[in-house]
Amino acid sequence: MRYLPLTQPDRDAMLSVIGVSSIDDLFVDVPEAARLDGPVHDLPNHASELAVERHMTALARQNTVAGEVPFFLGCGAYRHHVPASVDHLIQRGEFLTAYTPYQPEIAQGTLQMLFEFQTQVARLLGTDVANASMYDGSTACWEAIGMARRITKRGKAILSSGLHPHYVSVAKTMAKYTGDVLDTTSPWLVPELDIDRLIAAIDDDTSCVVVQYPDILGRIADLTPLADACHAKKALLIAVVTEPVALGAIRSPGEMDADIVVGEGQSLGVGLQFGGPYVGLFGCKDKYVRQMPGRLCGETVDANGKRGFVLTLSTREQHIRREKATSNICTNSGLCALAFSIHMTLLGEAGLRALAATNHAGAVTAAERLSQVPGVELVNDGFFNEFTLKLPVEARPVVRTLADRGILAGVSLGRLYPGEDALANGLVVAVTETTTAEDVETLAAALQEILA
Amino acid sequence: MSINQSGWRPEMVAGSGNVPATSTGNTFTGNRALMLEEALIFEIGSTETTGVEVAAPVTTASKLGSLARTAPIGLPGLSEPETVRHYTRLSRQNYAIDLGLFPLGSCTMKHNPRLNEKMARLPGFADVHPLQPVDTVQGALAVINELAVWLIKLTGMHGVAMSPKAGAHGELCGILCIKAALEKRGEGHRKVVLVPESAHGTNPATAAFAGFQVEDIPATAEGRVDTAALKARLGPDVAAVMITNPNTCGLFERDLKEISDAVHEAGGYVYCDGANFNAIVGRVRPGDLGVDAMHINLHKTFSTPHGGGGPGSGPVVLSEALSPFGPLPFTERHGDGHITLVEEESVDDRHPDSFGRMVAFHGQMGMFTRALTYILSHGADGLRQVAEDAVLNANYVLRSLEDTLDAPFGGSGPCMHEALFSDANLADGFSTLDVAKGLIDEGYHPMTVYFPLVVHGAMLVEPTETESKAALDQFIGALRSVAERAKAGDTALKSAPHFAPRARLDETLAARKPVLTWKNPTPVAAAAE
Repeated sequence: MRYLPLTQPDRDAMLSVIGVSSIDDLFVDVPEAARLDGPVHDLPNHASELAVERHMTALARQNTVAGEVPFFLGCGAYRHHVPASVDHLIQRGEFLTAYTPYQPEIAQGTLQMLFEFQTQVARLLGTDVANASMYDGSTACWEAIGMARRITKRGKAILSSGLHPHYVSVAKTMAKYTGDVLDTTSPWLVPELDIDRLIAAIDDDTSCVVVQYPDILGRIADLTPLADACHAKKALLIAVVTEPVALGAIRSPGEMDADIVVGEGQSLGVGLQFGGPYVGLFGCKDKYVRQMPGRLCGETVDANGKRGFVLTLSTREQHIRREKATSNICTNSGLCALAFSIHMTLLGEAGLRALAATNHAGAVTAAERLSQVPGVELVNDGFFNEFTLKLPVEARPVVRTLADRGILAGVSLGRLYPGEDALANGLVVAVTETTTAEDVETLAAALQEILA
Repeated sequence: MSINQSGWRPEMVAGSGNVPATSTGNTFTGNRALMLEEALIFEIGSTETTGVEVAAPVTTASKLGSLARTAPIGLPGLSEPETVRHYTRLSRQNYAIDLGLFPLGSCTMKHNPRLNEKMARLPGFADVHPLQPVDTVQGALAVINELAVWLIKLTGMHGVAMSPKAGAHGELCGILCIKAALEKRGEGHRKVVLVPESAHGTNPATAAFAGFQVEDIPATAEGRVDTAALKARLGPDVAAVMITNPNTCGLFERDLKEISDAVHEAGGYVYCDGANFNAIVGRVRPGDLGVDAMHINLHKTFSTPHGGGGPGSGPVVLSEALSPFGPLPFTERHGDGHITLVEEESVDDRHPDSFGRMVAFHGQMGMFTRALTYILSHGADGLRQVAEDAVLNANYVLRSLEDTLDAPFGGSGPCMHEALFSDANLADGFSTLDVAKGLIDEGYHPMTVYFPLVVHGAMLVEPTETESKAALDQFIGALRSVAERAKAGDTALKSAPHFAPRARLDETLAARKPVLTWKNPTPVAAAAE
């Protein structure tokens, strides 16, 4: 077996040092009834690199590759061009095959990277601080709801109808066990977010309001009045950003006084990967840092006075606080955070703004073109790189038909909100720098043909 | 303008920005040959610089309204050559498996085969959107399904929940299944979860999150769960027992089946922390020990890279009793080979007991492709050999060093995949930390230290199966040498490491006055006002 360096003479010599005669003697504590006498039955034995590669490649070929067809899916995962150097750098063995920097003297590479990542994320989200990453946006979102409960000592969270339905599902699952009361509803196919509904719902039991920006339908709204309304009732505003590139073009939630801003960082550096691994972003105001979940990297000095970095404030964490920890999270998304950080460094502010401008202009052009298809209406007034179309028929079968023709047209709201008739005709379309004018034309023409 | 200053900063050399290179160690740059300092991107980059060329936007009206960003963000950029150099320099300040033996107990730092990386990057896996119509992602669903089948068969369990994102998330999944099962039985009043003192911190944190009260179970003098004490505590208020097997002292819990039977008889469930599955894969199936739920860290046993702290992946295998409660989404393979995805819409009629969704999308697909590649490479025979070699290597370390270091459970029989030592026979004033830092100077990542908590000054050594005998012999020699120095009271150890990129770091300062983000220095003129 090519990954196992011990030879049989090695094994024999080692058994003799240990003072036993066979490997079975090292498994004597396993009850006899549970000992397997050989490899697990009904499973194949080892295979060569070539054989495994053939098998995996055959499976990969059964998928439609986003980059090979006109592609318009978003809703929490976006296809952006990732510079070649990002994937090269994250495969440096010193990053790829290291672990949590428990020994900071020999982990400054990871630690400095995390410090840079935290700073980039905080600046992008407009928060004072950010942590060293969460699993993904959806888990960061419910961790934020839990954090708001701890800070306000209240248990009612009001979720915007524009919050990603999977994020809502995750929050609902967790609320069953934490006792949080969630105020939720599905969205309406209208141009405005439900800011007024949210403001009206805030009461003295409210721990937080959770609003996605841009929301699941691609809509954007000024969060300032909502933040003010939250703060007037001593509740927190949690903003959720699933498309961080948007923040190169629109004001950050932190600027609009959100208390906690979480996000999905997948857009930068990470790639689609059928949904994971992704990287959760988590930022907040300084005053709440001790209630944050997850790891934090901080600056310090070494015994010679040189600047260095360490994991810090770990008295919030499970390995110290055990059942009193702010979260049970341990391993997070280190390598995805690195990919995010490298991509952001390559972009810089100028590049991010340019990228965001290109995304936005492409989306505006596509929205105009697609809403010219007879029977198709654009729902949004404002949007960044994603918008919702209302088709004259149910969107889900249309998406399937288009997929059969080699066009991945977007996400039908029927997929995200099954059984909700009022949303069934909705199609959410995302446009990024990877989308060409030809792609848009192909979609528009095919849509027109199908709807005719 | 952006100039990579090679990490030089005036404060690096004492007193002056112009200290000449001397034979005593100071250099103009602060570098020492291949040991290269590197400044922060905020010190070397500029917001005007970019390493990415983006097509100019077509001219359109803006749909951003009043939300268009006007304020600066403060994100420095670097050109591509500067970026490559920055991160390459940073990488060289890290220890890694690729550089040497990484005996971090409980973390299973084994070799990461590069075939796994190559397969995960096939466009058919890497460039596929999670919400594509299921007919366009049959290969991706097949990977999930195939890996699920392997995990079920290797563990002898009934079902598996694939979506948890890491071990702790998997624990949460298992505990939520238990909670859902209890509620279904009308026994939601069972509030107590028993956790051994030696457990990972994630266990009590997870149980507490789900609203359970955590009670410790004591250990015996030989380092195993006190079965009699555990059985005595069982009763109508106990929801579950969380046991790590092999346990964090590196020992097989030989009473686990007996414990499981007792727990089941008392109406509870058995959660097994599978972080240490590497020691028994192919030799023992947890299902045969009466386990109801166990997470498997794909980044440990199945060698998906640790990545400097993730991403992990924590699928949870489930017993027949708990399988109906597993989370959404999951795959279903039909007779014709077609695979469908069970999500919210099909749950009510066919899977009414699912406790719900834990994550957006389908879990750590990129880790599934790597883990499946690893598993197919090893096969059933190779995986059994993995466990055997991992256990052999650990016992070799244990028996080679127990004359030098105190091995508190050395007399409890063979260890499994990790060898546990304590600080008991070090000289007065010398600690486990000193041994760890001394190992750094010898070119090793230290073992896990001060865990498990049940042993004073614990040193938990997990060599893994991907180390050769020669590599083990050198490590054993190094650890013996450092231990002898700590026993002899060699004060140089107290200030180790001496040869690392940094000396010991001031963690107290970091926590007392947290600096968690870079703050642009106040300009000199402004500060003077």
